[in-house]
Amino acid sequence: MSDILLQVEDLHTSFFTRAGEVKAVDGVSFYVREGETFGIVGESGCGKTVTGLSIIRLLPEPAGQIVGGRVILDGTNLLELSKKEMRKVRGRMISMILQDPMTSLNPVYTIGDQIAESVRLHQNLQDSMVEDEVISALRLLQIPAPEARVRDYPFQMSGGMRQRVVGAIAMSCYPRLLIADEPTTALDATIQAQYLALFKDIQKQTNVSIIFITHDFGVIANMCHRVAVMYAGKIVETAKTSELFKTPKHPYTTALINSVPRLDRKDERLYSIEGQPPSLMDLPPGCLFFPRCSEAKEICREQQPPEVEISDGHSVSCWRVS
Amino acid sequence: MVRLFKRSAEKQYRGMTRWGRFLRNLTMILPVIVLSLLIFTAIFADLLTPYPYDLTSLPERRMPPAWVEGGSTRHLLGTDTLGRDILSRAIYGARVSLSVSLLAIAITAVVGTILGIFSGYMGGRTDAFVMRVVDVALSFPPLLLAILIAVSLGPGFFTVVFALSALGWAGYARIIRGESLRVRNSDFVAQAVINGVPPWRIMLRHIFPNILNVLIIGITLNVGTFILAESAMSYLGIGIPPPMPSWGSMVADGRNDLDRAWWISTFPGILIGMVVMSGNFLGDWLRDKLDPRLRQL
Repeated sequence: MSDILLQVEDLHTSFFTRAGEVKAVDGVSFYVREGETFGIVGESGCGKTVTGLSIIRLLPEPAGQIVGGRVILDGTNLLELSKKEMRKVRGRMISMILQDPMTSLNPVYTIGDQIAESVRLHQNLQDSMVEDEVISALRLLQIPAPEARVRDYPFQMSGGMRQRVVGAIAMSCYPRLLIADEPTTALDATIQAQYLALFKDIQKQTNVSIIFITHDFGVIANMCHRVAVMYAGKIVETAKTSELFKTPKHPYTTALINSVPRLDRKDERLYSIEGQPPSLMDLPPGCLFFPRCSEAKEICREQQPPEVEISDGHSVSCWRVS
Repeated sequence: MVRLFKRSAEKQYRGMTRWGRFLRNLTMILPVIVLSLLIFTAIFADLLTPYPYDLTSLPERRMPPAWVEGGSTRHLLGTDTLGRDILSRAIYGARVSLSVSLLAIAITAVVGTILGIFSGYMGGRTDAFVMRVVDVALSFPPLLLAILIAVSLGPGFFTVVFALSALGWAGYARIIRGESLRVRNSDFVAQAVINGVPPWRIMLRHIFPNILNVLIIGITLNVGTFILAESAMSYLGIGIPPPMPSWGSMVADGRNDLDRAWWISTFPGILIGMVVMSGNFLGDWLRDKLDPRLRQL
């Protein structure tokens, strides 16, 4: 397909610690189309954030290293770029929004100056033009009275407004791809809903592709066109959002969806998945979900299930399917 | 009765806080007055001094201060063993002592800050290397190195500055490195990297302003240390060569006459003490003001 913006192929990222190699991302492949929102969902420590950081190449070096694979953005393999070339990609082509709006802004500069910094870096503009760009970035994020707000310091703003400013910085150079790493976790529910609606709006206006990293199925259902479910550094299921919710094929996906609290069911207790994910230091030979799986078979213990495409755009790695 | 008691207690409490507030600000007001007066006299030493610093007058040797039996208003603070006016020498001494230590502070602060930020930001081997050099510098006896430098370069203004700076940067480097480490791990630095901001710009624009308060406190607290170090060097005879006075060498001049002419050593000694205390008070006050954790009260 020609409208594919980002193609991640067989990405391996490891952390080399004193105790040994931790395979945080172990052979992840997916693609993101232009103007599409792609969700990555999974529990803590499954490698979703590391996947995001690997794409933008911001792993905490030297411990974290991309061991193999390709990350192709618009025809160029990002993993082959030099540090200097990568800096030009960051901000202009790819941007990222971090979790915590309280600490993502520098306390000593006005928000206008902080947005202007990345505008100046990536576009050769005169000061008056920079000002216009800054204000239009704030307007894109629907920050009221942007002309006055540019002179505010971060401490003068609420958490929701700050997260919008972080969004404005990320969008200031109109990147093609935006990686949002749980951007709404630190916000309360009403602000969260507003923020998500805002992103849909921005996507309509700019046709930016978004990778949405979250553990919240509500956010996924609301935002994403397609979803990948990650478990222990691997993608276990990829599908269109509606299909994933209707017919989840992997037992882990089913279990995750079942553990979301629902108002329309009066369960006695909230469903939870027994056990813990395996240690990423020494992975068992078979399916990684095997010890916690309710439908495990003998083959699951011994061999890793292959990825099987069961219908258009819906692929699963599970022995039950293949 | 109860109300009255309450009111008086409240009044007392209020009075105490006002007194406390005054005291707290006194530790800023006094040092600022003292230091600016001294800097003023140092700059205008030529106009303020009654006599040149090297004018000897043998008949007037060891003349006591004006208010002591045998003193004269011609020499307000008395004269030294060569009959030189102590007041004039103390004023010129301010020029030497202050300029040497301010220059040394500027050099050490700049070098220490650059190395500290660089080391803290780069981390890894760079950091380990710089910090080991700092360890060596801090474990070296400063006076020994000062003597070595003075002996090998010969006495003079810049020798003293160099000797004071040679080790002084290490303390700054260590403190600034720790602060930079804290700032570099914050999300806004990560966000800057994400936006494609180059490393030197992150150090300059994002890290430096956020460590500035620590640096300012470090500098004010160091004023005293450097004045003392300069005095110590002059006292040992490896400082500014005579007849140019510095407070340290003036104290040294009077050490053989302490029983007969206490004023020769005492007045420059008092000045040294005043500057050191002013620096320390000002540093403490700034630390209280700039540290957000202490600002709550």
